[in-house]
Amino acid sequence: MSMEKKEKTGNPGESGKTAPQETQSPDSIREVVEAMGESHGTSRGRHPDGPPGGAPSDPGGSPSENPDTQPGGYPGQAPATDTTLFCDARPKVEKPYRGIIEKFLNWARAESLWVLGFGTGCGAIELRPLMTSRFDAYRFGVAGRATPRQSSVFVIGGYASVKTLKRIVRSYEQMQGPKFVLALGSCTINGGMYWDSYNTINRIDQYIPVDVYITGCMPRPEALLAGFMKLKELIKAGKGEKANEYAEHFDWYKANQKKVIPDWDMPDYNW
Amino acid sequence: MTKDFEKIEDLVQSLLENEGKDGVRLQSPDLAFLKVEATQARHFIMDLRDHYGFTHLVFLTAVDYLEEGIFTLTYMLHNYDTHWDIGVQVDIPRENASMESIHDLWAQAATYQRELKEMFGIDFPGSPRLDEPFVLEGWHDVPPMRREFDTKEYSERTFFPRPGRSTNDPADHMRRKLYPEE
Amino acid sequence: MEPNLLLKIAYAALSLFIVFNYGLLLTATVARIRARVQGRIGIRIFQPYLDIIKNNAKRSSISHGVMFFLGPIFRITGGIGTFLFIPMIYGSVMFSNFSFSGDVLLVIYFIFFGQLGMALGAGEGGHPYSAIGVSRGLAQMTAFEVPFTLAIIALAVQHQTLSITGIVAAQQGGILSWNVFTNPLATLGAIIAFLGMSMHNPFSVVTAPQEIPIGPPVEYHSNYLGLLQSNRAIFNSAKLILYMNLFFGGATNLPVMIVKTFLIYMINVVIGVSFPRFRVEQSIRFFLGIPTLIGLLGLLVAVW
Repeated sequence: MSMEKKEKTGNPGESGKTAPQETQSPDSIREVVEAMGESHGTSRGRHPDGPPGGAPSDPGGSPSENPDTQPGGYPGQAPATDTTLFCDARPKVEKPYRGIIEKFLNWARAESLWVLGFGTGCGAIELRPLMTSRFDAYRFGVAGRATPRQSSVFVIGGYASVKTLKRIVRSYEQMQGPKFVLALGSCTINGGMYWDSYNTINRIDQYIPVDVYITGCMPRPEALLAGFMKLKELIKAGKGEKANEYAEHFDWYKANQKKVIPDWDMPDYNW
Repeated sequence: MTKDFEKIEDLVQSLLENEGKDGVRLQSPDLAFLKVEATQARHFIMDLRDHYGFTHLVFLTAVDYLEEGIFTLTYMLHNYDTHWDIGVQVDIPRENASMESIHDLWAQAATYQRELKEMFGIDFPGSPRLDEPFVLEGWHDVPPMRREFDTKEYSERTFFPRPGRSTNDPADHMRRKLYPEE
Repeated sequence: MEPNLLLKIAYAALSLFIVFNYGLLLTATVARIRARVQGRIGIRIFQPYLDIIKNNAKRSSISHGVMFFLGPIFRITGGIGTFLFIPMIYGSVMFSNFSFSGDVLLVIYFIFFGQLGMALGAGEGGHPYSAIGVSRGLAQMTAFEVPFTLAIIALAVQHQTLSITGIVAAQQGGILSWNVFTNPLATLGAIIAFLGMSMHNPFSVVTAPQEIPIGPPVEYHSNYLGLLQSNRAIFNSAKLILYMNLFFGGATNLPVMIVKTFLIYMINVVIGVSFPRFRVEQSIRFFLGIPTLIGLLGLLVAVW
C-alpha cells in the first residue's frame, strides 16, 4: 500500500519548451480567453465543435451515413482534415501569485478538491466507496463533479486504452486553471498487467502530466485517501503546477498523443 | 425433435445419419461439437434452429490455426428444452477469409461478426455496420487477434515502455540458472 | 436625506453580508445533518467558503460571449434584488432594507428574473445539456409560480396591503395571528410551491448531477461558478426570510429570525430526503393540480 511521488525520468524530447504565444502580464491571475480570438485571427466562432464528448448535438444519432465515406471512419465526427472548424489556439502558462496570497489560495484549492466524475478504468470502482459512509471523502473536501469545466482533479483509474486516452486528453484539456492528476494502479506507471497489449498505453505521464501515483492493483480506498492527503501536501507546498508544465511542453505531449491516437479528429488543444 | 432423444449422443448420431456430417466430439453429457463444410453451415444452423429447437445463439468465435492456414469458426447453439449445447465448427481459409452472415437469423450475430471482422479480418458480406470501429479506433495494422501479429513488439514500438522492468518468470529464472552462458 | 440614504445603503450592505454568511453556513449545517443521518461525518462547516474561494482562484476561464458572461450577473442581481426589498427584521431601522409599499410584487418579479437571466446565459454556452436543463427549469418554474402567486394574492387581499412590512405588522400580537393560522390554505399552497422553488427532491431534476450533468450551470466555471454559488446562498436565505415574513409572523430580532428560517428550511430538507425525483412533466402536472386548487381556495377564504 505504498505510494511514490513521480520522478520525471524522461526528457521533454525533441520539441523542448515552447514559449507562450503572447507575453502575459504577471499581475493578472486569470486569463479570460475571449473566444481564443485575441491571440490568433483564425478562430471560427467560439466553440470548436460543440459539446465535449465529441459528437455534435444530435440526440438521435446519425447512423444513416455510411461510415466508410467518413474520413475518420467514425460516424458523426468532424473529419480530421477539415481544420477550418477547429480553433488552433495553444494553452498558456498561467503564472501564480507570490507570497502569502498564493499560500492562501493554495490552501483553499487543497481543501476543496473536486474530482471529475469520469471513471476511466477499473479504478473507478474504488472511487465509489470513497463517497459513501465508511470512508467519506466529503469531510476532506473531496466531492465529485459531473463536468470537466468545474472540476480540478482528474483521477485516472487504471489502464488507459487508446480509445479512452483520446477522451482523457479531451477532458483534461477542458479543465481550468490549476488542475491535478492522480494516477491509480500499476498500469499507469509501467503498463501493469497489460504491458504488452496492443491497445493500452504503458505510461500515462507521457501524455498528460501526473501529480501523484498511487500503486496497487487497484489501491484500496484507504490508499486513495492517503494519495489525496499527499496531493494536498503538494498543493499547499506550491508544487501543484503541472498544468503549466503541460502548457510549456505542449508540443512534446501533443506529439506523444498523436503518435498513439491515429484518428485525430479533434482540435489540437481542446479548450 | 430433440426431446425425442434421451442422450446427446443419440441426437448427434441422428444428425450424422440424416445430414451427413462428420467430425463429432462429445465433450460432456450436454455439449457436443460438429464439423461442417463452410458452404452448408448456414443451412445446417438454420435447420438446428428451426427443426431441432436450438434457438439460442450463445456465441460466435474464431480460432486461428496458423500452421494449417485456416480459421475455425465456432457457432454455439443452445436448446432451452433439453439444456444441450451444440457447437458447429466451420473451417475457412485464412487468405481473404469470408463467411456467410447469419445476422438475419439472430440479430446479435451482427455484433459478433463485427468483432470478428475487426479482430481477425473475417468478412461477413451483408452484415450491418461491419466496418465501423468496434474497440480499436483508427487501426491500420494487421487484425490483432491473428497469430502473426506480435503484440509485444507492437507495444514496445508504439507505447513507451518504462525501462527497468524486471521479471520473476520461473522459466526465465531456471534458464538463466542452468544455462548461464546462453 | 443624503446621510439617511447613505446610512441605509450601509445598513443594506451589512444585512446582505449577514445573510450571505448565514446562507453558506445554513447549507453546510444542513448538509452535515443529512450526512449524520446517513451515518457519515459530513463536510466541514466552512466548506462552502472554501469552494467559493477556490472557484474564484482558478487562473483561467472560458467565456462564450457577452450573454454567457451576463447570465450569472443576472442571477445574482435577482438574488440580491430579492433580498433587498424584504425587511429582514421587523421594526429595526438597521435591517429593514429597502422595503416599501408594493414590494411583494417586486420580490416575485426578482425571483423569476434570476432564472430567466440564467436561462439566456446557459443557452449561450453552446452545451446541449444546458439547453435541456434550462427548458426543464423554466417549465418547472412556470408551474410552481401559479400556487405561489395565488397564495400571495390571497394574503394581499386578506390584509389589504401589498407591502411586506404591512403583512408582517398585521401578524404581530401572538402566535395565533400568524398567517399560517389565519389563512392555512394559502400557507399550504405556498409551502408546496416552496418545495419546487428550492429544487430539492422531488423537484430536483433540473440540477441533479445524475440526471443531466448539473443542468443549466454545466458550462459555468471559475468566477462564474463562484458567482452562482454565492447567489445560491443569498437567494436561499432571501426566500426563507420572505416566507418567514409572509406566513410565520416575521422576526423582531436576529436569533428569532435564524431559528424560524432554519425550521422552515428543515421542512424542505425533510421532505427532500424522503422522496425520489419527479420528471418534469409529472411535476408540472402536480403543481397545476392540487396546489393550485389549494391556492384558489385560500384566495376565496381571504375574499370572504
